[in-house]
Amino acid sequence: MFTAMLGEAWHAMGANRLRTFLTMLGMVIGVGAVVLMMAIGQGAEASVKRSISAMGSNLFVVLSGPPSMGGARSATGNAPSLNVKDANAIAELDGVAGVAPVTMGKAQIVFGSNNWNTDILGTTPSYLDVRSWYLSSGYAFAESDIRSATRVALIGKTVAQNIFGDDIDPLGKTIRIKQSPFVILGVLDSKGQSLDGRDQDDTIIVPLTTAQRKLFGNQLPGSVRQIIVQAESDKAMAMTEEGINGLLNQRHNIREGADSDFSVRNLTAIANSAAETTRTMSLLLGAIASVSLLVGGIGIMNIMLVSVTERTREIGIRMAIGARQRDILMQFLLEAIVISIVGCLIGIGIGVGGAVLVSIFTKAEVIVSTNSVLIAFSVAASIGVFFGFYPARKAAKLNPIEALRYQ
Amino acid sequence: MQKNIEAKAVIEVSNLYKDYQTAAGPFPVLKDVNLRIENGDYVAIMGPSGSGKSTFMNILGCLDKPTKGKYVLDGHAVATMEENAVAGVRNKTIGFVFQGFNLLARSSLLDNVALPLVYSGIEKPERHKRAKVLLEKVGLGKHINSRPNQISGGQQQRVAIARALVNNPRLILADEPTGNLDSVTSEEIMALFGELNKEGITIVLVTHETDIAEHAKRQVRFLDGKIVQDTLTNSQLAEVL
Repeated sequence: MFTAMLGEAWHAMGANRLRTFLTMLGMVIGVGAVVLMMAIGQGAEASVKRSISAMGSNLFVVLSGPPSMGGARSATGNAPSLNVKDANAIAELDGVAGVAPVTMGKAQIVFGSNNWNTDILGTTPSYLDVRSWYLSSGYAFAESDIRSATRVALIGKTVAQNIFGDDIDPLGKTIRIKQSPFVILGVLDSKGQSLDGRDQDDTIIVPLTTAQRKLFGNQLPGSVRQIIVQAESDKAMAMTEEGINGLLNQRHNIREGADSDFSVRNLTAIANSAAETTRTMSLLLGAIASVSLLVGGIGIMNIMLVSVTERTREIGIRMAIGARQRDILMQFLLEAIVISIVGCLIGIGIGVGGAVLVSIFTKAEVIVSTNSVLIAFSVAASIGVFFGFYPARKAAKLNPIEALRYQ
Repeated sequence: MQKNIEAKAVIEVSNLYKDYQTAAGPFPVLKDVNLRIENGDYVAIMGPSGSGKSTFMNILGCLDKPTKGKYVLDGHAVATMEENAVAGVRNKTIGFVFQGFNLLARSSLLDNVALPLVYSGIEKPERHKRAKVLLEKVGLGKHINSRPNQISGGQQQRVAIARALVNNPRLILADEPTGNLDSVTSEEIMALFGELNKEGITIVLVTHETDIAEHAKRQVRFLDGKIVQDTLTNSQLAEVL
């Protein structure tokens, strides 16, 4: 019985191919748009999430304040107001898991005939833990390297690629940074792009003291540009932020109400808001795409109403030879559902194809998840039922005599 | 009880009224109609246009409902049946033949004849087997895959009769079955009805042509919504005498 009706629905669709195709097109475009938009949105979300986890979790960065020279204030981070002792004091606070003082600058590096300009980061071994940054080969420098300010370096993937190429293993090689020789101890794992699109692998990490004394000099003994602080947990973030502010205000003798000479930034909050933004964006894309799905559904309803009117006589004949109301209802409902589902399958194909094209041409990350396909499919089927039901019921409620007389 | 009734009438209509609702108020079409049709009978219903014969036929076929009165079909009061049961009656007890054939234009003759079986939940191989047998019986065994628009009117009416017979009904109702056919084809169709009646199927047909009505055993004449005459036909009288 059911297969017979399915056959009838298929038959009826074939009877007016162009019309069926155009009706389906609404569904095809709607489902295609939903699948594609969800793929783009989920891709964006995934790449943001990866950037966040690459950054390290529960992070604060404490920046030194702007230097003030006779009333003219310079950029944040340039005043020598933070130092290693501040970092050590912060490490003693409750809820702090790790602390890494950082000083940085740009420098020209040379190996053989190759040279490259990159970021040099002077820090302590705990930096790698705090940023969850691992080495792909070699080993990190130790506290002893900090004490004696040895000339050793950890090198990022991009830098290694540019000055060593593919063939030379950087481990143990000596490069020159600002004319001083540095031995490469390890190669850093790839971190990819940061949230603001910077290549994080274009970096060299050296011991803090080496950077301070031998590369960039020191405005004040022990001063650092920033201190990265990792809280023990998400819940400890607020407490830790308060602790850092209190501690540094006290240490820097800043009176209540006066301007601080440092600032504390919650990197995780910034990252979360970036994630929130992409989520909102993908929701918005999905919502816009759903509108076309709705329009497709209305198209189906419209055509089914026309179809019921056109086939009034046929309905009368079917009733006269014993079709029950629910048989007629099922017949038209099935037709609407078949149109939606076939349209949906084509739409999924087009959506997935479009997603592949987008990823090829824009290099953006797109993810077609099983979930998004299942959602599109079930929504399409529900639209078939929802928008097919009214016309089908109208057909089923026809009076057999009037239907038979309909011309 | 069932057995008892079967021995009696297929159709029993008593005090039947039908009004049509018009803008000017209810318009009576059938007024106090009483009729009893025995099992195996062959009745021609006659009367001028507007006499109510087609309305009566539609009520007999459970396509329309009377305003008032009782209609007992095969022992069951139709008024008390629920919608699905009435559909079942149309499907199994009655075979309807229309003036305009009313075949589905898009379907093959085989599918047209097999269609009632879809609604009785019979599987496809069995449906096609039975439809084929009936198409052969009405002389169209070679055209089972044709479409209705590829055959003549007389052939279409044969297909419609095959469709009416496919579920082995006890009763065939034919509303002006020869109205759209020429006289030669009409004779062929009436011969087919005669055969079916000999096989024991009760036939009720509406016509306004006297020579068509002569094929029946009994003539019932309608005028202004009432039965004014109920006689045996000449051929039948001759047999009785």
